[in-house]
Amino acid sequence: MPHDGPQSFWTKYIFSQDHKTIAIQYTITALLVGLFGLVLSWLLRAQLGFPGSFQFLNPGSYYQILTQHGMIMIVYMLTAILLGGFGNYLIPLMVGARDMAFPFLNMLSYWVYFLSVIVLMAAFLVPGGPTGAGWTLYPPLSALPNAAPGSGWGIKLMLISLVIFIAAATMGGLNYVTTVLQFRTRGMTLMRMPLSVWGIFIASVMALLAFPVLFVGGVMLLLDNVLGTSFFIPAVTLFGQQLPREGGNPLLFQHLFWYFGHPEVYIVVLPAMGIASDLISTHARKPIFGYTAMVIALAAIATIGFIVWAHHMFVSGMNPYFGFFFAVSTLIIAIPSAVKVYNWLLTLWKGNIHFTVPMLFGIGWISTFIIGGLTGLPLGNVIADVPLHDTYFVVGHFHLVMGVAALMAIFGGIYHWFPKVTGRMLNETLGKLHFWVTFVGSYMIFFPMFLMGIVGVPRRYFDFNVLQYLPPQTGGLNLFITIAALTVGVAQLLFLGNLIWSAMKGKRADANPWRAATLEWQTPATPPAHGNWGEQVPTVHRWAYDYSVPGAAQDFIPQNVARTSDPSPVAHPQERGAQRAG
Amino acid sequence: MKEGTLNGRDGYREPSHISTGQVGLWLFLAVATMLFAALLSAYIVRMGQSDWHPFPKPGLLWFNTGVLLLSSVSLRWASSALRQGNQKRAQLGFVAGTTLSVLFLIGQIWSWSVLQQLGYFLNTNPSSSFFYVLTAIHGLHLLGGLIVALWAARNTERLRLFVMYWHFLTIVWVVLLGLIVLT
Repeated sequence: MPHDGPQSFWTKYIFSQDHKTIAIQYTITALLVGLFGLVLSWLLRAQLGFPGSFQFLNPGSYYQILTQHGMIMIVYMLTAILLGGFGNYLIPLMVGARDMAFPFLNMLSYWVYFLSVIVLMAAFLVPGGPTGAGWTLYPPLSALPNAAPGSGWGIKLMLISLVIFIAAATMGGLNYVTTVLQFRTRGMTLMRMPLSVWGIFIASVMALLAFPVLFVGGVMLLLDNVLGTSFFIPAVTLFGQQLPREGGNPLLFQHLFWYFGHPEVYIVVLPAMGIASDLISTHARKPIFGYTAMVIALAAIATIGFIVWAHHMFVSGMNPYFGFFFAVSTLIIAIPSAVKVYNWLLTLWKGNIHFTVPMLFGIGWISTFIIGGLTGLPLGNVIADVPLHDTYFVVGHFHLVMGVAALMAIFGGIYHWFPKVTGRMLNETLGKLHFWVTFVGSYMIFFPMFLMGIVGVPRRYFDFNVLQYLPPQTGGLNLFITIAALTVGVAQLLFLGNLIWSAMKGKRADANPWRAATLEWQTPATPPAHGNWGEQVPTVHRWAYDYSVPGAAQDFIPQNVARTSDPSPVAHPQERGAQRAG
Repeated sequence: MKEGTLNGRDGYREPSHISTGQVGLWLFLAVATMLFAALLSAYIVRMGQSDWHPFPKPGLLWFNTGVLLLSSVSLRWASSALRQGNQKRAQLGFVAGTTLSVLFLIGQIWSWSVLQQLGYFLNTNPSSSFFYVLTAIHGLHLLGGLIVALWAARNTERLRLFVMYWHFLTIVWVVLLGLIVLT
């Protein structure tokens, strides 16, 4: 082996600069953090399903749990696992590189992320507990003393943790983007990259541009909270006392927050789109339909995604012309999103569909993304958003489209790439059970929320008994959702058990168990050794989706197989043009 | 091969003149641009509120600006000297540039104490709050750069990238100063 990896335990497993080890570190940390966020959601559901049955759940702790569940899942779980986990593992292997562009920075990125998680968790141990100001951290609630639970230590630790996380995400993002731009192997043109890499690449660019804005908002909020500045705090009377502040602008924070917050949705969704594309194409044994359109749609969603942020603020009393602009830009995003959905469906159309666990999750992704996406359309319209904004309709919408849908792609991706990472297969029976309980159960949780939202059940409420206008069925629906949520939760424990058991005792996997065409399955060793490719990095001769090529010996042709042995290639669109010209 | 020096391409390069470090730096400059753009837009929005009262601008800021411009010029001089193989001139320019940068940072902190003697603290008024935040964040970027400077000093490519970063921070400061002085 030309690239002998580091030998000591510390440099091999702890402070490793190998992108594969860092990916596993990111993934395990994010999954554990996600498990914690899942348990928090059980507590919320326990209160809503069985109001008043649990002594430790009071309005204050409910808000703390709500806030932490949201922040943990969006930032510390989804963003970390998709960019830090999948991004780290897949980018170098899929573009044919030996490692990331800046391996030391990559290692630092993980450990800084780890530190941000420690600070986040420390908030549960300090006096007053973690902040309960909502995951959006709106001032003045988040900036004033004694306004929300956890407004002493909790909010400060939250903001410090976010600032640390942003440093980690920036270090990671610089690596992912630079590696894609500079470290692609011979023949790997941009338009030959698998869509997973495209999704992660564009999401990383978005993260680099969006996170600094949250950083600014976070630092200014911290100064308001700690040092008595008045960036966001208007003239306020707190407990009968006029505070020595005036003129601060809470809406300014909302703009800074959502200028990050909306791109953040796509930072999560774009990698999931890319991963789902690869799952669907590989397991349907068919080239992805409309590859070029898929890439353009990703770029279009990312670009437009930066000018839609104020649709989260329709109820803030903005100028109607602004509302009109942001409604139009929001609805335009439906076009590239629909292009992608049609292309996934047309990839499945007449495909040789293998109902493997990754494929089930790929189909689950399409389903939840469609329902979650379609329910976003009324919310993108000012006139429909105003009555729906503070109801469970919004909760159902964003959980389906960026929670469940993204998780479908993440789970599918884990079942798909686990054999490459560990050299063993995940248990299929447990996997199918995991899929069906999660898929059906998620609809049982979130579909009733649309109905509740339409009849006006407000979100963020600790107890609905105070609201006389609600139909009596609300309590029954809440109980139903809670039972579904706990059942889905148990299925996730099954999944974690499957991961641990299969990593040690699972069936041995060969190098390419799904017979996939992308480069990561063509490594000389499984799991890939340090340096990934042995003596020589592969040369790429074709796009990533040569499945079921007519006349070929097998129903897939790896990207590193030369074109001469290729009787009738399903040529890449660009190459087709070149052939015609030639 | 040494850990951490793996080259992804095994010697193969696309016909491109852009180095990996260059790409990484450009991306980082994009990140920093977003950071300062967010600060500036927050400044402009907050400025419009009724409680915004301008504070007296210390004349020292003009002196500091001159020092930062000189540091940028001497580092540029060092970089081209190193490219031509003139070690001695490069060293002179580098030492002059970094010393002037340190002088700029000291000057900025001094301007803080001038303001505090006049009774303008971080939480006195949003205008002074922004002044402290802008100068602090800009100063931290310079400070981080100075730590990297030692690692960049003797390598032509690294010094070139370092100087590009310094020019960027100089331009950012001139923009910030313009906004601070005009409002």
